Amino acid sequence: MSKNQFSVIGQSLPKIDAWAKVTGETRYADDLFLPRMAYAKLLRSAHAHARLRAIDVSRARALPGVYAVLTGADLPPVKFGILPVSQDEEVLCTEKVRMVGDPVAAVAAVDEETAEQACRLIAVDYEPLPALMSIEESLAHPDVRIHEYGDGPNVHKNIALQFGDPEAAFARADLVREDVFFYEGNTHLPMEQHAAVAQWGADGKLTLWSSTQTPHYVHRVLGRVLDLPAAHVRVIAAPVGGGFGGKTDPFAHEIAACHLSRRIGRPVKITLTREEVFYTHRGRHPVLLWIKTGFTTQGDITGCHLKTWLDGGAYGSYGVASTFYTGVINPVTYKMPVYKFESARVFTNKPPCGPKRGHGTPQPRFALEVQIDKAAEQLGLDPAAMRKRIATEPFTKTANHLTVTTTGLAECIDKVVEASGWLGKRGGRPARGPRRRGIGLACSAYMTGAGTAIYWNDMPHSGVLARADRSGSVAVLCGATDIGQGSDSILAYLTAEVLGLAPKDVHVHPADTALTPVDLGSYSSRVTLMCGMAAIQAAERLKTALFKAVAPKLEVGPGALVARDGKIGVPEDWDKAVSFARAVELGEAMHGVLAFPGAYAPPKRAGKFKGGGVGPSPCYSFSACVIELTVDEETGEIEVHDVWIGHDVGRALNPLLVEGQVEGSVYMGLGEALMEEQVFRKHLHKAPSMLDYKSLTTLEMPEVHTLLVETDDPEGPFGAKEAGQGPLLPVMPAIANAVYHAVGVRIDEVPITPDKIVKALEARRQGKPARVGPDRIPVFAFKEPVVVESAFGQPADAIVTRPFQP
Amino acid sequence: MMRLPPFTYVAPRTLADAVTALAEHGPAAMLVAGGTDLYPNMKRRQFEPTVLVGLRGLRELQGVRGSGRDGFTIGAGTTLSAVAAHPGIAREFPALATAAGLVSSPQLRNMGTLGGNVCVDTRCNYYNQSYEWRRAIGFCMKKDGDVCLVAPGSPRCWAVSSSDTAPVLVSLDARLRLVGRDGERTIPIGALYRDDGIQYLARRPDEILTDIVLPAADGWKSAYLKLRRRGSFDFPVLGVAVAVKLEGDVVRNARIVLGAVASTPRPAEKAAAALVGQRLTPELIARVAALAAGPSKPLDNTDFTHPYRKKVTRVFVARALRAIAGLGGGAAVEEVA
Ligand SMILES: Cc1cc2nc3c(=O)[nH]c(=O)nc-3n(C[C@H](O)[C@H](O)[C@H](O)COP(=O)(O)OP(=O)(O)OC[C@H]3O[C@@H](n4cnc5c(N)ncnc54)[C@H](O)[C@@H]3O)c2cc1C
Ligand code: SF4
Repeated sequence: MSKNQFSVIGQSLPKIDAWAKVTGETRYADDLFLPRMAYAKLLRSAHAHARLRAIDVSRARALPGVYAVLTGADLPPVKFGILPVSQDEEVLCTEKVRMVGDPVAAVAAVDEETAEQACRLIAVDYEPLPALMSIEESLAHPDVRIHEYGDGPNVHKNIALQFGDPEAAFARADLVREDVFFYEGNTHLPMEQHAAVAQWGADGKLTLWSSTQTPHYVHRVLGRVLDLPAAHVRVIAAPVGGGFGGKTDPFAHEIAACHLSRRIGRPVKITLTREEVFYTHRGRHPVLLWIKTGFTTQGDITGCHLKTWLDGGAYGSYGVASTFYTGVINPVTYKMPVYKFESARVFTNKPPCGPKRGHGTPQPRFALEVQIDKAAEQLGLDPAAMRKRIATEPFTKTANHLTVTTTGLAECIDKVVEASGWLGKRGGRPARGPRRRGIGLACSAYMTGAGTAIYWNDMPHSGVLARADRSGSVAVLCGATDIGQGSDSILAYLTAEVLGLAPKDVHVHPADTALTPVDLGSYSSRVTLMCGMAAIQAAERLKTALFKAVAPKLEVGPGALVARDGKIGVPEDWDKAVSFARAVELGEAMHGVLAFPGAYAPPKRAGKFKGGGVGPSPCYSFSACVIELTVDEETGEIEVHDVWIGHDVGRALNPLLVEGQVEGSVYMGLGEALMEEQVFRKHLHKAPSMLDYKSLTTLEMPEVHTLLVETDDPEGPFGAKEAGQGPLLPVMPAIANAVYHAVGVRIDEVPITPDKIVKALEARRQGKPARVGPDRIPVFAFKEPVVVESAFGQPADAIVTRPFQP
Repeated sequence: MMRLPPFTYVAPRTLADAVTALAEHGPAAMLVAGGTDLYPNMKRRQFEPTVLVGLRGLRELQGVRGSGRDGFTIGAGTTLSAVAAHPGIAREFPALATAAGLVSSPQLRNMGTLGGNVCVDTRCNYYNQSYEWRRAIGFCMKKDGDVCLVAPGSPRCWAVSSSDTAPVLVSLDARLRLVGRDGERTIPIGALYRDDGIQYLARRPDEILTDIVLPAADGWKSAYLKLRRRGSFDFPVLGVAVAVKLEGDVVRNARIVLGAVASTPRPAEKAAAALVGQRLTPELIARVAALAAGPSKPLDNTDFTHPYRKKVTRVFVARALRAIAGLGGGAAVEEVA
């Protein structure tokens, strides 16, 4: 398909909500004010691990202005959690608290100040238990159990998968490397702090407005934990001021607001403080990684064995999925005929980790890409040429049975190599003065939507309803949530493209469980593809109905008609074309109301082995990244100058939005690479504020050169793949590799900070290895691996007709 | 969100009224200038005044007077943006303009004042936390408690002097005019600071800082370097202020003052003395930089590790001196590759 075939697709248009966002018209959850509304606060645990002996709320209840105080004893004894297999959270803790920040009581009052004051009047009698604050501590103290469930004492999940024979693969190799890496945890840091408003109506029905990425999952949970028919619950996702995965779970504060509203008969608003957001978390897991890879002298990979240990924090969250994601995506990028993966997620007394942009994959990506860089040096190969040589082939399967459709990785590498002047800059490094330049490269791949829902079902993953109005507009109803990524805009563009309208003529109504067909949520880079396909189907159906009605009027067959420029007609006889509004009138006269559904479910490609459901995706995006920076040898300070990022997005439905996603990914990736860390001191978050939790300012942001590659994937809407997460992945290893190129030290962990660089340089001066990073792995028994034959190199199954086609 | 507690705001129009109001309300009152440090601290209940005496309405505290030859008098209420942008200050006392221009972020420099920066509270990452956080970890002696969490067993508080302009003003030998109930006094700025994280100022409770007085520039050259994680927003975790008076290429007088490594701006006197009578050669600079790092005794209560902050002290002192000497590799480090 060539670009000029399209009227809307491929154009750099502003988002449809851009005006509202920049003028302050957008109403986020915290901007909602309802009559008689009360304000809620949660009292949170000051202990990392303790038994709850007693809670005395009498003084809080007596405070003037307080409407209600609830503890766990007042609520139905039911636990919740996002994954069916990890139902381990309580709205208000009843027996124990497992981290600082665990909620123990909820207050509703006339205003926030009163609610806060009341919280301070609640007396909680804790019996402190030993707090386990790291993977090592949790494994070393099986006697202190954070949860009673899981795959072992303090082990939430223990998995092992093997595809082919790794020992034979290593025996075939010319070079076998074993490396250990550590990836520190970090958090999403959305600009908007979570907020929710609950209104338990006098009719006994509940409405919850929330800053959530997953209204459908919240809906399911509320019905269950509130002891209320889900049919009487309505969840509306307010526009989300940044999610990045941090608003993808159902949260205690949302449910507490509902309980309080039921209790007091008023709407209840709760808004988290910035500090609470740091504890609510669900961010990047700290991961310790061991990776062993065999290489031939040409740079081919003979096989890879990866072990990962995830520091999960106090609750399950998406952790089971995260555990798999630290292993399953690496083989998508490079030809890796044999693969073994072992992983364990460990509970600790810290805020729970979960999905953050790239969900579970940045950590193993860092390990693999830095290891390849080391191998390339040992083998005397150019790291870019080596990666290009081993890039996966299109329309083949990986060792772990994932289907790669299109891949533009080689082209991405070519583009960044050329644009950055890679070859010239890799050569001689001038060695005068303390400031040394370096340039590094890394690549990655990411899913365009998870192939399975978080609960097993045969229904669509995404649904859209398109209704044409006599005014000539079209309303699009879809459960998707715009978290800033532009999903509302994409729905408008695709509908407009199919129906020959301008995006402004399309009204998008998102994320209201009482009105919109289900979409699973804004996570795993699934929305553009899945909602997009559903929107195209709905719009096509609408178009078919309109053509049927217009055809007799123009005395032609429906097949002769086209829709463009707001009209429907025969191209050769365009003067007679009828306006879209007129077409709708004809359509309604013929069919009745013009409202058509579209639905999408991904192809069923889950591997036929336990764990085969995590990793499959309709298609994968690919990225290559080159970073040029300067390291100050005396202070260890890093200045990043330029980032070149080539991204295979399948097709850029709106290049402006894709570039925005790429730049945002680079921004977030640089933060993880250089400074962000979610770390604790005496059980408390060390830096729970935007001043002390370091993330980049605009001054640290380098020039980002986005180079888009279009592979027109048969699975995507008009060929599109994801752009929201993949471009983050190569940034961290590219930094590590560039730092090595600049000053010859290996920082085998993130963040890569000035003090670590100074330490590594000092070690070198003392004749020790010029490296900072972990050198030990825990003594730990992984499960007996599920052994499956490698599917490496097998041709992809035919792109099958999907379910829910017309 | 974190909210301010209720308080009474007094808005005097004259310095005399401000002094009276401050004296009248006693320990319950605090002065507020730009409020950029004070209000966040009140939200976290580090400060709990019930009365605030606002200095924004006082014309007497505004503006820069004087010249390089006679010295400048800077009103305490002058904003940091104005100080950073003042052409005379930038020319004669570049270290001060640099330091003022490096404080926090542009928005805060438009609100924050030089007087507020001179008097700004000491910092510690066990103390600059919300009330809930401090209560959870156990209050420390700087507020609500009686132990030190950084140096348990220590009888004193080691919170860090974190003003960017303070070390510079000490290195420039600035004087301060303070006005109180019993009249006014002018003191060398060094006399304002005490090496104690809690009682870090020797200001009398009823005194208002009205002016910062800089001496004649008189051949002094100055430089300031600041260590922090990011190029904006962050407080210094090391500040190096160097002032050198040159005659020809021989050093006649010198002051080196370290910020953010103690509860007070810390002069490196031995190092400065080693410069006097000498020419600023790379060898001398290296020796002096090593000496200057001596008094740098950071503790683990700011961003970055404290051994790292100590190591960088030597590097920064050398760079500041090289910049003043016009040698390469100075403050504005040029690209080498
Ligand atoms: C996010 C953030 C980042 C920051 N970064 C930096 C930084 O990098 N470097 C830095 O130095 N500071 C920094 N600050 C602190 C602060 O912004 C500056 O120190 C500023 O100069 C304070 O001036 P102000 O006028 O706002 O003082 P205020 O907040 O109004 O007052 C500060 C203190 O000084 C006292 N005071 C003010 N004026 C007088 C006076 N005339 N006489 C006697 N006492 C007085 C007040 O009572 C109060 O105790 C930062 C603050 C924030 C919130
Ligand atoms: S140095 Fe000690 S006493 Fe002072 S603020 Fe820090 S913890 Fe508190």
